[in-house]
Amino acid sequence: MRLFAELVQQLGSSTKTNDKLAALLRYFETAPEADTIWVIALFTGRRPKRTVSSTYLREWCIEQTGLPAWLFEESYHTVGDLAETIALLLPPPTNESSHSLQAYLEALQALSDQEVEAKKTFVLQAWDELNREERFVFNKLITGGFRIGVSQQLLVQALAKLVQLEQSQVAYLISGQWDPRQTSLQQLLDSSFAATDFSKPYPFYLCYPIEGVLAELGNPADWQAEWKWDGIRGQLIKRNGELFVWSRGEELITEKFPEYQGLLEALPDGLVLDGEILPFMEGKPMPFALLQTRIGRKNITKKQLEAAPIHFFAYDLLEWEGTDWRDQPLEQRRSKLEALVAQVQHPKLLLSPMVIFNTWEELAELRSRSREFVAEGIMLKKKDSVYQVGRKRGDWWKWKTDPMTIDAVLIYAQKGHGRRSNLYTDYTFAVRKEDKLLAFTKAYSGLTDKELLEVDAFVKRNALEKFGPVRTVPAELVFEIAFEGIAASSRHKSGVALRFPRILRWRKDKTVQDINTLEDLQQLLQQFGNDKAD
Amino acid sequence: MLTFTPSGIYCPPGGFYIDPWKPVEKAVITHAHSDHARWGSNHYLCHPDTAPLLHLRLGPVDVQSLDWGEQLDINGVRVSLHPAGHIIGSSQVRVEHKGEVWVVSGDYKVVPDGISGPFEPVSCHHFITESTFGLPIYQWEDQEIIYQQIRQWVLDNQAAGYSSVLLAYSLGKAQRVISCLAPLQQPIYAHGAIANVQETLIQAGWNLTPVARVPVEPNRNQLKGSIVVAPPSADGSSWLKKFGPVKVAVCSGWMQVRGNARRRNVDAGFVLSDHADWNGLKTAVKATGASAVYVTHGFQAAFSRYLTEQGIEAQEIQTDYGTEEQE
Ligand SMILES: [Zn+2]
Ligand SMILES: [Zn+2]
Repeated sequence: MRLFAELVQQLGSSTKTNDKLAALLRYFETAPEADTIWVIALFTGRRPKRTVSSTYLREWCIEQTGLPAWLFEESYHTVGDLAETIALLLPPPTNESSHSLQAYLEALQALSDQEVEAKKTFVLQAWDELNREERFVFNKLITGGFRIGVSQQLLVQALAKLVQLEQSQVAYLISGQWDPRQTSLQQLLDSSFAATDFSKPYPFYLCYPIEGVLAELGNPADWQAEWKWDGIRGQLIKRNGELFVWSRGEELITEKFPEYQGLLEALPDGLVLDGEILPFMEGKPMPFALLQTRIGRKNITKKQLEAAPIHFFAYDLLEWEGTDWRDQPLEQRRSKLEALVAQVQHPKLLLSPMVIFNTWEELAELRSRSREFVAEGIMLKKKDSVYQVGRKRGDWWKWKTDPMTIDAVLIYAQKGHGRRSNLYTDYTFAVRKEDKLLAFTKAYSGLTDKELLEVDAFVKRNALEKFGPVRTVPAELVFEIAFEGIAASSRHKSGVALRFPRILRWRKDKTVQDINTLEDLQQLLQQFGNDKAD
Repeated sequence: MLTFTPSGIYCPPGGFYIDPWKPVEKAVITHAHSDHARWGSNHYLCHPDTAPLLHLRLGPVDVQSLDWGEQLDINGVRVSLHPAGHIIGSSQVRVEHKGEVWVVSGDYKVVPDGISGPFEPVSCHHFITESTFGLPIYQWEDQEIIYQQIRQWVLDNQAAGYSSVLLAYSLGKAQRVISCLAPLQQPIYAHGAIANVQETLIQAGWNLTPVARVPVEPNRNQLKGSIVVAPPSADGSSWLKKFGPVKVAVCSGWMQVRGNARRRNVDAGFVLSDHADWNGLKTAVKATGASAVYVTHGFQAAFSRYLTEQGIEAQEIQTDYGTEEQE
């Protein structure tokens, strides 16, 4: 566990990709193989089932430290991460010793059908033998979410170096369904073994945000443009008489979308399509908020099926008659795809249309109208591009629309989560409703460090009232809030919910008299939102 | 006997302020950090070790000094200073009038660091305490363990061909970091702000390791793999370019929380603080025996609520201390 804790610490603190790569390689070279396979699983999001709830972890930590519950919560709020909070609060271990990562993970799995008392005994014993760093990763193994600054790409790079394989091959081998408990490192990275897994998706090729000016891309005729849809990027696979749907997050989501089952009959075998999972009605895609109602639910009701009829918008064809087509130029993949969609003629399978343009100016004009098409912007793909792995510069670009913006005034502030713990960095903003102010969104990021300090000082000096950790401040500071989407919401007093709200800039040139009104928000909602988000 | 006014902590019978944040006639100063020792007052009173630092910071001001434990009568109020263990010269201020005793802690830490003098608990009825790290997530490791980590980090960097830049506040933390690095027996290059403080202290008679000033036009590779101590504001400055490829570390109690360390975007964070940790604050408050506690800058809401629940009457006080990040 010590080695793994050190790895997590190094990955979390190093700022350079090369250092992270070196740390991963060093780990893979020194750690036991049985631990390595778990690290690959954890870092690719294959988290074992949770066997101890965080409510219990909280409770046991409070019991061990003798702290009042509110002080635990206050600490948690300052740290922003439960696993870390507990690691910091516990008294030093009295019985220091450390087992392997695999041992802890398997012991945790074995707890799944145990009584609470047995779970407690195990967790307390582990806490008492691990140091602070190890406790943090141990708690993380329970609570999940090792988001520690390692991209899948970096992991693939390290493994490829380790076993002397092409990166694209490693990426393919570690994708799909496999169980770290029943897979050895050799089995995982051996291509002959992988061939028997019919569900295996290809690693996604992602668009890079566009930089610079379009003209630098050269001749418009060399490029294919498509709408960038606001759905779930996915792969639709039919192999060996079975249908599989994968999300970009490498989650097998076949069961979530029963409407695709009709495609099983219609599609030829040995086929992999890349596309967007999207609700679609009356000739138009529907907003993301509707799709959200479908994710995260176990059982889908008939009503939901009718309210958000899911389609597959095909972008690309990756496998045809069991052969990997990723090395073919896009143009050829596209024409095969077009022929296929035309031939299959299934209502659920749509071709994501190309955006036709002749000059870069025309494309810019079309992009500015993306929202009319319920799109997030434009994707640009080089016609002779092969299908690569990960997010790469050069051949595939995304060009999103500018966000919607609203000028709003700061009315509440709260200390930050996991940020500089003593600063007020979480803000709630209001728009005007007749002669009153109405809170409508929170936003965290977007200010420079200097501005954060300035706002923090304002809050500390002018706080009017407090409700727990929240401070009310005089409505004086005006900010421009940007967001990507808007939906009606009965849970919000304002009646709207924003998607990805963030502070675009501090409008020191404006006063509370100049801010936007609730009607302005409602107008945006009418124009771009949908009316049944929740 | 002490009241909280818009200018700072005031003693009406004595007619003086303690660490005022607005210019006043007479100011008693706990220590030379800029949020406690502010510019503009007519007369300053502080510990003799603080006096030269006050001059360095504020220029030629009127300073009277008072040794630890020595008593001074100001308009019938008995005033004395007692070591606070925060930085060189840092003192708690004890005031006594008609049998009532108040102590103002200033900033303090209870574990000796080998430089700043040992913290002395002072009995009192009313205790005004800081609370910079007043949450139980802040529990410091032994200084020696951190010092070893810092030295090891420097040696590892040198082995890999990097210079090591340690970011530490120029007064207090920097002296500790320099004394931590002294056993490596290598030149320690200091940024001007730190070199000034270090030289002032050495001139005042402190036995501290002298720092090397950075050559104006160093030879190529002359400074490669060197040791550098700089204030946090020097992070990312062109001044650092002289040292070739560098690794940067922050030395601060805030590094206890991963999010803070990540946000600073440096290569390492060492948890080294000049303030009392959670246990230190609790011990200090209990040792005073005070029946009323006033909690200033830091986690004042949480710490005062905790004390109240422990049966010690405590309230939070808004002050202007701690506005800069000089932990
Ligand atoms: Zn201080
Ligand atoms: Zn202070």
